[in-house]
Amino acid sequence: MRWVNIRPGRQLAIYMAALPFVLVVIAYLLGSGARLAENPNDKLLPALSSMGLAVKQMAFQLDARTGSYLMWVDTLASMERLAAALAISTSLALLIGIVIGLLPAANALLGPFVSVTSMVPPLALLPILFIVMGLGETSKIALIVIGTLPCIIRDLSMKVQELPREQLIKAQTLGASTWQIALRVVLPQILPRLIDSLRLQLGPAWLFLIAAEAIASDSGLGYRIFLVRRYLAMDVIIPYVVWITLLAFAMDFALRLLQRKAFPWFASVRAE
Amino acid sequence: MSAIRFEDVWKEYGDHIVLERITLDVAPRAFLALVGPSGCGKTTFLRMLLGEEAPSRGRILIDGEPLKPEPDADRGVVFQRYSVFPHLTVLDNVLLGRELQQSRLLGRLFGRARREATEQAMTLLEEVGLKGHETKYPSALSGGMQQRLALAQAIMRGPKILLLDEPFGALDPGIRADIHVLMKRLWNETELTVVMVTHDLSEAFSLATRVIAFERNRNRPEERERYGATISRDLEIFPRRVAQPHADHPIRSGRDDPAAQGA
Repeated sequence: MRWVNIRPGRQLAIYMAALPFVLVVIAYLLGSGARLAENPNDKLLPALSSMGLAVKQMAFQLDARTGSYLMWVDTLASMERLAAALAISTSLALLIGIVIGLLPAANALLGPFVSVTSMVPPLALLPILFIVMGLGETSKIALIVIGTLPCIIRDLSMKVQELPREQLIKAQTLGASTWQIALRVVLPQILPRLIDSLRLQLGPAWLFLIAAEAIASDSGLGYRIFLVRRYLAMDVIIPYVVWITLLAFAMDFALRLLQRKAFPWFASVRAE
Repeated sequence: MSAIRFEDVWKEYGDHIVLERITLDVAPRAFLALVGPSGCGKTTFLRMLLGEEAPSRGRILIDGEPLKPEPDADRGVVFQRYSVFPHLTVLDNVLLGRELQQSRLLGRLFGRARREATEQAMTLLEEVGLKGHETKYPSALSGGMQQRLALAQAIMRGPKILLLDEPFGALDPGIRADIHVLMKRLWNETELTVVMVTHDLSEAFSLATRVIAFERNRNRPEERERYGATISRDLEIFPRRVAQPHADHPIRSGRDDPAAQGA
């Protein structure tokens, strides 16, 4: 049988999905065990037990200096920034993307501008943001917005243009004004596609968040990682990275679930 | 119910002439079928009538008035595909025209207005044989049912002219025969002038009152670009078919037609 026709069954697929994770963990444990056997004070690949201790200390014990549970405070600070930034960029992108995609005049005016600005490396703007907006929350949120907004706008305006021409004509023959076309035909069909776009932008959003927190911050997951780096505290860094990954994955999963539940018609449209 | 008049209409894309010297008078309540080989400009003709494209020369008149340069509610349309909205249920697809008409700001009806519109929509859905499918999304319907839905959706808004762009081309023969019966009834019971593009000659002759054939008269490679297609045959169906002047139970549509009210 050809390889292209070999499909794993459901159960086998689960095992296969788990395999790479298990292999990575095993490889880590072996490496960590070997290094620790040679030097019990090795900091590079800490044992699971020392990471567990670190997590216990960071997440479940009151920090004596600040009087708070550090890991939760960090998580809350990072999630607030991320949520604020993504709320701003998705709502702006929805508005601008639909306008550009639906109105040829708006496309002529803004299309090239968005294309060019989406090529500006956002991290190169970070110093400017810090200078102009200071080191507070605003500049961090602004970085994530600047980093994700042009991409979502471009994606959404293209998705609007990909809607079948027949639908827009049909809506007009039903008497729809431009506003009504946007509201009843385009917006509801773009929302599930916005979720796709947002899922793809979660990665860059986290990247910009961590970068901004690493450079100038006094709280947040990225701040903590870069702070404890000075002490080679791998037992804190690794659990933090795993925790960030879990958070990002949970957000992605939630978005996918929302898409399926809120737009039951979308799956068959996408399958076409 | 509208008369359509083409006065020496040409359509060119740059140097490429697609249609030339189209002069045509279509009587109100006619059922016009456009036939011809692929690429002979049938669809271009329909798109001009729809207002999606403007003629390069000549003009198109509807009841003596120049055609509006963009699609509007006077001219309903059913395409071969993508005629219904995938994000709306069957019922919402039919309601959409009424909602857009009566609610300019939100495009949605609530309460009593919605109940009344729903009642009409349900009657119409029953007419086209989609009773019991109101809550489904179009993707759950077969191709024939989707086209029935598209017809109901277009008729709900009460257009004067219904344009059909190979609407039944993708359907199985049996299903096509069923939908032909429906199409005939809709034409009889509403006040429509119908223009249908088709590549199926038997469909054209079994439904239409008049069949127009488009053809390129000059087809040598060096002439192709510079000579467009034009009307080569104009056949009145004999014995003459005429739409029933007054249906016993006209299908209620969105138009407040004075004729229907006996004015």
